[in-house]
Amino acid sequence: MFLRLAVSSLWSRKGSALLAFLAITVSVFVLIGVEQIRHQAKNSFGNTVSGIDLIVGARTGDINLLLYSVFRLGNATNNIAWSSYQAITSNADVAWTIPISLGDSHHGYRVMGTSSDYFHYFRYGQEKPLVLAEGEIFVGVFDVVLGSEVARSLGYHLGDKLVLAHGLGSTSFSQHDDKPFIVTGILKPTGTPVDQTLHVSLEGITAIHVDWQNGVKMPGRSLTSEQVEQLDLTPDSITAFMIGLKSKMATFRLQRQINNYRDEPLLAILPGVTLTQLWQIMSVMENTLRLISALVLLASLLGLAAMLLASIRERQREIAVMRAIGASPMFILLLIEAEGLLITVSSLLSAILLLTLSTRVSKDFLSEQFSLFIDSSLLTSQSFNYLLMVVVGSLAIGLIPGIAAYKRALHQQLTG
Amino acid sequence: MVVSVENLRFQYRSDKVPVLDIHHWSVGAGEQVFVHGPSGAGKSTLLNLLAGILLPSAGTIEILGNPLHTLSGSQRDKWRARHIGVVFQQFNLIPYLSGLNNIKLAAHFAKTTNTSTRASELLTALGLESRIHDQPASMLSIGQQQRVAIARALINQPELLIVDEPTSALDQQNRDAFMSLLLSQVKLHDTTLIFVSHDLGLADRFSRVEALPEINQAGGIH
Repeated sequence: MFLRLAVSSLWSRKGSALLAFLAITVSVFVLIGVEQIRHQAKNSFGNTVSGIDLIVGARTGDINLLLYSVFRLGNATNNIAWSSYQAITSNADVAWTIPISLGDSHHGYRVMGTSSDYFHYFRYGQEKPLVLAEGEIFVGVFDVVLGSEVARSLGYHLGDKLVLAHGLGSTSFSQHDDKPFIVTGILKPTGTPVDQTLHVSLEGITAIHVDWQNGVKMPGRSLTSEQVEQLDLTPDSITAFMIGLKSKMATFRLQRQINNYRDEPLLAILPGVTLTQLWQIMSVMENTLRLISALVLLASLLGLAAMLLASIRERQREIAVMRAIGASPMFILLLIEAEGLLITVSSLLSAILLLTLSTRVSKDFLSEQFSLFIDSSLLTSQSFNYLLMVVVGSLAIGLIPGIAAYKRALHQQLTG
Repeated sequence: MVVSVENLRFQYRSDKVPVLDIHHWSVGAGEQVFVHGPSGAGKSTLLNLLAGILLPSAGTIEILGNPLHTLSGSQRDKWRARHIGVVFQQFNLIPYLSGLNNIKLAAHFAKTTNTSTRASELLTALGLESRIHDQPASMLSIGQQQRVAIARALINQPELLIVDEPTSALDQQNRDAFMSLLLSQVKLHDTTLIFVSHDLGLADRFSRVEALPEINQAGGIH
């Protein structure tokens, strides 16, 4: 009877009740949507690399090394000599290494020189390997394997020719236009910076720079692609490299050895640790988003309270009738609370439904445009906490009109 | 005695002059009392006191031998639900509930069980066809609403029925019909009735007629 009374009462005020319902639905949607995106962003951020024990580069800051080696952001302060790379690779604890040579670009996408080991050993997410969508990995000096986003946004297909640019700007005046590369493979999307990278062999990087000096083409010294392929293309230096160890036990020992390497100043970092540090920098952003969505929610709950409070005035006769047939003032308070709760709970349910539908619809768009992969865990435990807090908050705020109704009921006389 | 008032004084907190000052007044079981007085004579205040909504400033009101002021607020609410039926001038019903559910709500507060059939029977006995039992109260005519109000007031078989100016919104024909219906139901259930009105034209239907200014010593106009 109580529930029927609350539902009928709301139904008789369906205009204002519907508006309050919509306001709360939208704000709860924002709240759990932001939480969802935050959770997914953090996940895909932490999933950028996995299975790599150490990343080594020239001595710089931890985060800087991570940014340029994994996220292709910023620049290396210095290169590593090929001999140092060889020396560390031959260490007994090292199972495999992936060399990285950066510095060129193609329409704003970074070019990374590496070895075929990159495709065998590099892991992202939950130990997922790189998979080719079509074609195969590079064999020749002038072969290139494209990340999925590069291929999609620039419209490249297998067999297309492309020219790399010296330097990192999206518009470059010094092109390696005498030595075009041929697309031999395109990778499947990963949701990591790999998607935005063009992969070539280390030899390819050397080859396009053999007739250059100090970053400019030397006139009169240009060699054809065929002539270059005959040369010894072992690089003098690389930008950084990743290490996989035979045993995790050796991680800290090798890190210390590399950091104390005598021939040149090097830095070895544990990618997982540095990723966490980097995410902590973003926590201000995270908290700001949360704060904004919490405030939006508070505003809509206050709107609900205002709607219920306004209804108390028009309920004066109703309250008189209920008092006459034996309703206690507490009953009136609970009725108001129940009406608020009904609106809030139905808002929660429709917000969840809305989020489910919208993620389903926008899943492909998000992964293509923002490399944001939404997994199936729609509601995190954090989201459930939020939903619980919304219910508690609506009960607390519902006390404002509830107590107003209680007071009115207490003094309400039986008048016709 | 169903109602027994002794040395009753009542004043609103802000007023110094009492609104009601009644030395002794009582109503026996099965009596139908017509109480009349001009506006401001304290009729509404008396009804609120009898229903236990207001408490006397001094003196006692006993209903069915129970001094109301000894009960707590929620006990009085339950007591009222169980033992007293109330019919107002107008706006007797929760507008968004059907007639039937208005009656069931009254039964809910009195914790009376199995009321569905009885409520329907009562409505039909009062001349409301079953097809309008489930219409929202706001869709009913004033005359229909007043009949639902009688049914609601009687559903818990109260010992005392308090009726406040129920006919002022009705035309002559509906008023006569309403009065006959009310009085026949009261006789049928052997209910004590206190009927308050300023309309002396209704007085000849009652066996006992009281002028409030005569029993109220306060005399002031309120």
